[in-house]
Amino acid sequence: MRAEAPRRGRLSIEDVVKTYGRGEAAVAAVDHCSIEIPAGEICMVVGPSGCGKTTLLNAIAGFHDITSGRIVLDGETLCGPGRPQARPGADRVVVFQNGALFPWKTVLDNVCFGPRMQGRAGAREIEQRARALMAEAGLAGCERSYPAELSSGTRRRVEIVRALMNDPSVLLFDEPYRALDSLTRSVMHESLLQTWYRDPVTIFFITHDLEEAIFLGHRLVVMTARPCRPKAVIEIDIPHPRDYGVLTSPRFRALMAEASALVREEAEQAFAAGDAER
Amino acid sequence: MSAVIERSLAAEPPAAGQRERVARAAHALAAWIASPRPWLALLGFVLVAGFWHLAVEVWKLPRFAGMPGLVATWREFTSRDPVYGLSLYTPEYYVHILASVRRVAEAFALATLLGVPLGLMLGWSRGFREYVFPVFEMLRPIPILAWVPLAILMFSGTESPVIFLTFLASFFATALNTMLGVESIDESYVRASRCLGARPWQVFVHVVVPGALPSIFTGLQISVGVAWFSLVAGEMVSGEAGLGYVINTSYTNVRYPTIVIGMVTLGAVGYATSALVRLAGRWLMRWRAREHGDAR
Repeated sequence: MRAEAPRRGRLSIEDVVKTYGRGEAAVAAVDHCSIEIPAGEICMVVGPSGCGKTTLLNAIAGFHDITSGRIVLDGETLCGPGRPQARPGADRVVVFQNGALFPWKTVLDNVCFGPRMQGRAGAREIEQRARALMAEAGLAGCERSYPAELSSGTRRRVEIVRALMNDPSVLLFDEPYRALDSLTRSVMHESLLQTWYRDPVTIFFITHDLEEAIFLGHRLVVMTARPCRPKAVIEIDIPHPRDYGVLTSPRFRALMAEASALVREEAEQAFAAGDAER
Repeated sequence: MSAVIERSLAAEPPAAGQRERVARAAHALAAWIASPRPWLALLGFVLVAGFWHLAVEVWKLPRFAGMPGLVATWREFTSRDPVYGLSLYTPEYYVHILASVRRVAEAFALATLLGVPLGLMLGWSRGFREYVFPVFEMLRPIPILAWVPLAILMFSGTESPVIFLTFLASFFATALNTMLGVESIDESYVRASRCLGARPWQVFVHVVVPGALPSIFTGLQISVGVAWFSLVAGEMVSGEAGLGYVINTSYTNVRYPTIVIGMVTLGAVGYATSALVRLAGRWLMRWRAREHGDAR
């Protein structure tokens, strides 16, 4: 476990607005959203479906532009006035909702993909590092497999190793465990925390699952229904390292109650708004 | 001495691998024969041949009256001294097959070499598509037979017009399917490769091409089929050899069994080329075979 505080990965989302369309037809997806994430924090984001959380994540990753505001990573402006869209880069790797391992590449080639594309190191060096990281994550032995041969849980773990190979400043998770069954999901949670204890990278994690959010996160940002804006921030004061024992602790239950009250309010509003539109 | 032992030890795994592979292939063949599949396929052939025989020679159905019968055709086909000059034992039979296969191979290779890159560009670059796709879509529905006069005017001799016609049909099928293949690639693969630091040309090589490969091979299957189709059209109009030429001249010269020999041969050779394309595709996309393979 690394003792020193991580130097990289301070992410500031400053007054970001994203609207689709122009004039009267304009629809706001993200509305004056500001979140400050210190280096090495696991920041969980929850909110009603379709509220614009993913729009925010895509703006950080550089898949979309923003209408106004600024996103800064370690003092470097990714996007802001005069530069609406960030350039996608290996300092902000996304772990996708349905998984995006390349099915036509072996697990090892998937894991080596980032450094190879960037030409960062010699071929042998990259492969050694990949094997070492995979062994650390308990994935030794499946290097030569194709993704389709792995279980969905193993595929997610490979994808995280593939991301970590790039030494990213921040990992962006877009509901990566949504499609998994709850048992696999709980194993994934512990595995992700183990990975983070070895390599405490900043994590921006979107989810619908409050238990997941409170179990993994340092902080939980509850978003409003569309347009999306932070409604409340809950500090999750359960000490790390955590294991599944904390799920039954009174503190955990209390945080769950607080968060679900906030989320429920927004979900109901989103539901009512949806009815009004029709 | 020790070096020899070391070398033989090093040589051991690949040899064992090969033996294992042969054993596995033999096992697969045995399983295939034991399965109902080859027998069902055989039954299909027997049913069609049986109907043909009954319809023409036993029941003498009205529409089948002028047709050559199964027995007559088979006799002609396997005769050392065929009445109409073409059978398994005449060298001309193979000259015609070779002529057709060579034309299809040339046209198909050319169509693949040009059609796949064009399709990739059409799918990948919006600007390129806006220039090229309307022209492409206007030329594509023009039937191959409509191209015959122009092909004869454009190309001299009898060989190049036929190859041009064959190429044309193949080319459109390949390019269109390749383009659709690029469009069908899941956006998150492209995004994932971008945020792993791939530059646009690397995305093209590592994501777009392999991602489109399943559709490219669907296109090639179709394209090899339409290649045969338009080859025969071309050979009937212009040509001095080939299976299409055989069918057409046998008709005008009233050699009816030879027509059927030409047709059946076309079918068999077409089936074989299609199977070759399928095999190549399966080899190139081994990652997919495992995807559909044994259930977990």
